Amino acid sequence: MTETLSDTLLTQMITPPPSPTLRLDHVSAGYGELTAVSDVTLDIEANSVTALIGPSGCGKSTLLRSINRLHETIPGARVSGHITLDGDDLYGAEVDPVDVRARVGMVFQRANPFPTMSIRDNVLAGTGLRGKRLTRSQGDDLTEQSLRDVKLWDEVKDRLGKSGASLSGGQQQRLCIARAIAIQPEVLLMDEPCSALDPASTAAVENLMLALKTAYTLVVVTHNMAQAARVSDTTAFLSVTQPGRPGELIEAGPTKRIFNDPLRQATRDYIDGKFG
Amino acid sequence: MTRTSLAIPPLRPGRGARRADTVATIVMWACALIGAVPLVGLLWTTISRGLARLDVTFFTQSMRGVIGPGGGALHALMGTALITLAATVLAAPLGLITALWLVEEADRSSSPGVRRFGGTVRLVVDVMTGIPSIVAGLTVFALITLVAAPGTRSGIAGSLALAIIMVPVVARASEEVLVRVPEDLREGGLALGAARWRVVTKIVLPTARPGLVSAVVLGVSRVVGETAPLLLVAGFTDSMNYNLLSGRMASLPVYIYSQWQNKGVDAAAYNSRAWTAALVLVIFVLFFQVAARLIGRSRKETQK
Repeated sequence: MTETLSDTLLTQMITPPPSPTLRLDHVSAGYGELTAVSDVTLDIEANSVTALIGPSGCGKSTLLRSINRLHETIPGARVSGHITLDGDDLYGAEVDPVDVRARVGMVFQRANPFPTMSIRDNVLAGTGLRGKRLTRSQGDDLTEQSLRDVKLWDEVKDRLGKSGASLSGGQQQRLCIARAIAIQPEVLLMDEPCSALDPASTAAVENLMLALKTAYTLVVVTHNMAQAARVSDTTAFLSVTQPGRPGELIEAGPTKRIFNDPLRQATRDYIDGKFG
Repeated sequence: MTRTSLAIPPLRPGRGARRADTVATIVMWACALIGAVPLVGLLWTTISRGLARLDVTFFTQSMRGVIGPGGGALHALMGTALITLAATVLAAPLGLITALWLVEEADRSSSPGVRRFGGTVRLVVDVMTGIPSIVAGLTVFALITLVAAPGTRSGIAGSLALAIIMVPVVARASEEVLVRVPEDLREGGLALGAARWRVVTKIVLPTARPGLVSAVVLGVSRVVGETAPLLLVAGFTDSMNYNLLSGRMASLPVYIYSQWQNKGVDAAAYNSRAWTAALVLVIFVLFFQVAARLIGRSRKETQK
């Protein structure tokens, strides 16, 4: 026991743990009277992939959407608690949610390329929508770089002027990821990004997550246990303890430990597929 | 073998059900045919009686100085074009902005008061779509009386009356188009750090554009055949009038009415002109309706 403790201390002295980029502090969120998720406190390290897992209705999507302040765009939605990014309170009184969303990008469950825009314009949509003007060559460079980052460049470089809707489902989702990273966010949120994709496209997106974490901090909601185990460094398990109660954070920790040796029985049951 | 017992029993309806099916089929076909009779009759009458004067003169001459045969409806065609165009310029932006406000602002407001007010506006728009056109005409007549000599008639007054009828039609149709823009796209825009007005102008409006155009065209087709309000506030003339702001202005529906109502000695010539004008009007309305549908359809196809 003492040996383990000193080991931990030693590790901490040699490599200090990276400071958490994203810190959720007693976050609750819901709609009107209904609280979807309650009192979540979670530190998310920079340049890591954090998976949010849990049964349907445990509020993991709501929690994710609270991080980029998208949740509040729904009438009646509310969020309490604090979320800080590099020490900045994202819910500070003087903070514009629009600026938060530029720092915290998001990829959705269903690929949603803008149908009226070409592939190139989709990639550059973020800059245009932020009111920034790019020269032709800047636009070309950003398009190529973003599409290369999502490994889509070689597949679409000859048809950048075609509609984004002409791509396959997996390509569309990668296009949406390219669109999200083109504005260079610090954090990238993904809400079940592979649940509408075939296995090959899923593998492509998963590989992408591993590649992207060198530059971004990823938070991924997933229903796929195997995916969480494959891509994430940290796993947070959310669940509803009693019917009618809001979702809560049951436990969070290094993915290996959560999957092999969870502290809570509820986590073990969920991972073993006994429930949810 | 046990195979027969596993077979699915035949799903053949009984004799009673089959007879009821036959009867229902006959009744529905009969209703559809009976419903089509007046329509086919109307088209047939209009075409057969209108073809006689569907000539070059009809489209190149007014009725100035014409007594008896000859003459045309150029002044009325021009009047309808000008009055409808001005009505569209007045009504389309108002209708579109109302719909935008309802869908993008009121429905998404966090304040229940604003959402309730949105509901009230919707109700008003719905009620206004049913407003009798003569009432719109009278309203404008009263308005004109306040600012000008009573009974002053002009093309723009007609446009105003038509605009009153058109606004709710355009608002209602555009609202339905805007509601159908997938929420995914709005969220996708917001998630890129876009301000809401930019999401509306750069994503929602371009996506909805074909539908919005067809909403406006639908509004045009709704008013292009209106007679009563124009008779009241735009009046009638036999001569060309290119000025919306002053003087009476003819229009196609009012032309039909006046040809039919004020027949000269050679009544047949007047009747014939009225039918031809009616035919042209039907073609106009048909054209706008078909255009509205085609534009709406091309949108669905591009979305695939």
